[in-house]
Amino acid sequence: MSKLQSKVMTGSDDFAANRAAHLEMIETVREAAQSAAQGGGEKSRARHLSRGKMLPRDRVAGLLDPGSPFLEVGSTAAHGMYDGAAPCAGAVAGIGQVHGQEVMVVCNDATVKGGTYYPMTVKKHLRAQEIAEQNNLPCVYLVDSGGANLPQQDEVFPDRDHFGRIFFNQANMSAKGIPQIAVVMGSCTAGGAYVPAMSDVTIIVKEQGTIFLAGPPLVKAATGEVVSAEDLGGGDVHTRLSGVADYLADDDAHALALARDALRHLNRTKPTTVDWQTPEEPAYDPEEILGVVPGGLRTPYDIREVIARVVDGSRFDEFKKRFGETLVCGFAHVKGCPVGIIANNGVLYSESAAKGAHFVELCSQRGIPLVFLQNITGFMVGRKYEAEGIARHGAKMVTAVATTKVPKITMLVGGSFGAGNYGMAGRAYSPRFLWTWPNSRISVMGGEQAAGVLATVKRDSIERQGGEWSADEEAAFKQPTLDMFEEQSHPLYASARLWDDGIVDPRKTRDVLHLSLSASLNAPIEETKFGVFRM
Amino acid sequence: MFEKILIANRGEIACRVIESAREMGVKTVAVYSDADATAKHVALADQAVHIGGAAPADSYLKGDVIIRAALDTGAQGIHPGYGFLSENPEFVEAVEAAGLTFIGPSAKAIRAMGLKDAAKVLMEEANVPVVPGYHGENQDGAFLAEQAEKIGYPVLIKAVAGGGGKGMRLVEAPADFDDALASAQGEATTAFGNPDVLIEKYVTSPRHIEVQVFGDGTNAVHLFERDCSLQRRHQKVIEEAPAPGMTAEMRAAMGDAAVRAAEAINYKGAGTIEFIVDGSDGLRTDGFWFMEMNTRLQVEHPVTEAITGVDLVEWQLRVASGETLPKQQDELTITGHAFEARIYAEDVPKGFLPATGTLSHLEFPAQARIDSGVRDGDTISPWYDPMIAKLIVHGPTREVALKQLERALRFTDIGGTVTNVSFLALLAAQPDFVAGDVDTGLIERHIDALAAQPVACTKARSVAALTAMGLMEMVNGAPKPILVLWSPMTHVIDLTHNEEAITARVTVHDTADFTVDLGEAQHHVTYKGGAWWVDTTKVLARTARNGDELTVFWGNGYRFHVVDPLVREDAEGAGGNVIAAPMPGLVKAVFAEAGQVVSKGDRLAILEAMKMEHSLLAPRDGVVAEVLTSEAAQVEDGAALIRLEDEEEA
Repeated sequence: MSKLQSKVMTGSDDFAANRAAHLEMIETVREAAQSAAQGGGEKSRARHLSRGKMLPRDRVAGLLDPGSPFLEVGSTAAHGMYDGAAPCAGAVAGIGQVHGQEVMVVCNDATVKGGTYYPMTVKKHLRAQEIAEQNNLPCVYLVDSGGANLPQQDEVFPDRDHFGRIFFNQANMSAKGIPQIAVVMGSCTAGGAYVPAMSDVTIIVKEQGTIFLAGPPLVKAATGEVVSAEDLGGGDVHTRLSGVADYLADDDAHALALARDALRHLNRTKPTTVDWQTPEEPAYDPEEILGVVPGGLRTPYDIREVIARVVDGSRFDEFKKRFGETLVCGFAHVKGCPVGIIANNGVLYSESAAKGAHFVELCSQRGIPLVFLQNITGFMVGRKYEAEGIARHGAKMVTAVATTKVPKITMLVGGSFGAGNYGMAGRAYSPRFLWTWPNSRISVMGGEQAAGVLATVKRDSIERQGGEWSADEEAAFKQPTLDMFEEQSHPLYASARLWDDGIVDPRKTRDVLHLSLSASLNAPIEETKFGVFRM
Repeated sequence: MFEKILIANRGEIACRVIESAREMGVKTVAVYSDADATAKHVALADQAVHIGGAAPADSYLKGDVIIRAALDTGAQGIHPGYGFLSENPEFVEAVEAAGLTFIGPSAKAIRAMGLKDAAKVLMEEANVPVVPGYHGENQDGAFLAEQAEKIGYPVLIKAVAGGGGKGMRLVEAPADFDDALASAQGEATTAFGNPDVLIEKYVTSPRHIEVQVFGDGTNAVHLFERDCSLQRRHQKVIEEAPAPGMTAEMRAAMGDAAVRAAEAINYKGAGTIEFIVDGSDGLRTDGFWFMEMNTRLQVEHPVTEAITGVDLVEWQLRVASGETLPKQQDELTITGHAFEARIYAEDVPKGFLPATGTLSHLEFPAQARIDSGVRDGDTISPWYDPMIAKLIVHGPTREVALKQLERALRFTDIGGTVTNVSFLALLAAQPDFVAGDVDTGLIERHIDALAAQPVACTKARSVAALTAMGLMEMVNGAPKPILVLWSPMTHVIDLTHNEEAITARVTVHDTADFTVDLGEAQHHVTYKGGAWWVDTTKVLARTARNGDELTVFWGNGYRFHVVDPLVREDAEGAGGNVIAAPMPGLVKAVFAEAGQVVSKGDRLAILEAMKMEHSLLAPRDGVVAEVLTSEAAQVEDGAALIRLEDEEEA
């Protein structure tokens, strides 16, 4: 396999400028993520701790093997939403290792509005479950939640992908043999009571965890019965009388140890579906990604410079190198895992799309996971291209990407605009994971183009009526659209809404891809049956 | 030379003999007890014969079985090592009667030295100084005072029938003699019914200096002295050669005396003449006296080997096979200085209590000679002496060798049992010892400082916490890579160290980038330039993990226990104040009474239900506050039967 040769000069001014630009963007995300990791602020953290409870992230850490990676999902979820009331969407979710096996952890953050479910909390919980279900990962729910956030009930309760779906997922995952384990470390009220009740194994912390369909105030209102929370649904009641919980823990640490022990007894083995190789570091330092990728999206660059800093030994077996050159396809390994890489290197033409479809077919045939490095302004436009059937060729690629059963991991390394997003396994194409870089942008088209389209329509209309439109007027007209697109296409805006699974430091691309691939390979790879290709 | 010999011993000395024999092309036969079937000496030997049960009396002391084994395997000689049968003249005779060679002295020589009083008389005849004293029957006060004068003050008056210090008086000056004699005799009469006393010279600052001799049955040479003054209850701890402060005259005087002693009994083989030496005012040629002779190879023989370059086991085999002395006296010289430290499995702070255990980790510094009978993973059994190894260093000067000794001890890593290594290391740095100012009371005088349990510093504790979590693991020569996306995670681990509870909060910032918060201190642990660092201190620690036990070797072996978060006090048992009926039934008997002090597990009542008798036990220690039921009462499920209270409340 040939080794990629970097042409970038690491000592150049461009390199330094690129690096500086990326570092600034990374810092913005880091601040957002670390602030989200603080949860509900100093006061409520202190109150939480004073009750002898561990903070949510410490609970997650206590569950996982020390030194285990934690592939956090939605680390900046709900960023800037609800007036900042729900940092991290009030829950921590991600994949970590317990006794070496990958598990999905969902942990409520009771320091955020008592751990109640905002719409984004529900979305995050469901996304975590979706990942677990697609990738056959045992689920551990560290429950400490007051249930639905009542002021938001219309966005939380009634619809298909709302609160009730959590239990639907639990039941169906359990039916598929995906273990469901709940650790009740705080409230579990009303609908929330079904998280432990629907789990295969439930652990509850004594004099701290409670499970009931209606809390003491509601019971008093309904029947006049006066009862304490502990007597109504505490650990003693549920492990001794009701059988709703199975293990009684002394405290958080004990509960987490019991959960670890429960995971020890799953009798599961990870299938071996791909031919793992001995991992090898890239020949070029991943650190250099920051210098080789321009800070802005307008400057073109060779995506192979990124691939060289991601794959084992920087070795890349490039497929159809001389055909449809704007789409780079090829075989490589990421920390030993064989992958087929599909990476944009310019706008998509008919040839590039057809080549992409061909390559997806190859990987599907061979059971090789696909990695999409997405930096796409879209398919080429214009009469020539429409006439040669670029939509037909694009459809081939979209069909292949949509119907392949091999794991797809998508990384937004630049722009993600228009139909290019579809062909490159955007969110709608259910990649197992979708990660973004801090410099990436996502929208139906570029802000400039959108503002331009709107301005053209407006100018036509004005001019049809014999009016005049000055350049200044046009600029003023375009500005709100530009601002809107700039805000809405920003990765923090996107990630807040869980259009992706999180923003990653470009330097950690290789690690994140590896963890994503490894998690994906917990599920057997089904045989692909493609749809009809428009030939 | 022998074709094959049998070693009638075990442990380090068996291994030691096998190694020299192998060098000389002599085949070896090991013997072993049930407890030693997989021992190192068995693995080293060319052949091995099982000789019986674990108890020494059932195996290593069974001379007939051992001789049989030698005959069966075709061994021509038997090396006894030290201890066990090494100084047993009947065994020597039996060996010779079987037509085999005993690699050691004659039965006659052993007997001559075996009876201490007779040996002293023999030595006096050979003009070897013995501790002056009067052991006669004349108990007249004036006569005894005269004897004391002759012996020279200070003197000891001892009850002939005595023991345990009863009837013993130290007399510093003639003026005190009469009073002391009267009181000693009085005490002796009361204690033993016999007022008779003996008088002996009292050596004020006694040193134990011994001379290694080697004879071929006719002639003998000495291989200079060893100082074994560092003792604890007559157990040698650190030995050295030559003796500190030794002069040429003194060495000549002691050496000559030792050779005379050996030649007086036609000694053959390796032997040691032990002298008590007055060290109160430097070493003087009139200040050493014969104590006893050990008619075997000594434990501490390696220090002599180190300074003379002689392999004493090789000499033993050569002389036993009929050769004359391999070297004459003028061919023997001293080069440098050597120390030996005896490493034992023992709990020093608990009064040197012998310990057992499986050596989960055993690593010695390469710069020292290690004579050991155990390997990594071997077990120190309760059946035998718990010695793990002898560590021997040899340097150009005493100062250098002693530094080497301390350093070697600091790099001796033994996990799985308690050891005396830190005690030895402290001793190696003890100022009086460093100054060469030794006597047999040194250890006892400084025992508190020397026996102190080493307490790990917070840096060592940090290393323990990280090791327990597996965070300092190396993968392909580099720290295990750890991915942190944006927010570091904090893991908590509980350890105990010397019964102190330690909680460490470890924050993982990145690969090999940790903060360890111990409450009392915070440390930043990193890996750079091929080494781990705790703040600005390079981590020279080694670690060993065995189940929940973890040892950090960093100057000392610090033992930690990793607390299993699953192991909790049994909640049901610990708290309960009320003993309730577990099901409906009939109270068959009540044993408890109000005010009665009970221990956990005591039977307090019997409940008959479902045709079974259920004992109701005290869930904890306490006092019965009240009995709420009576015999023959029919009680409901959950009915309170007996209430307990704490002893303080009562």
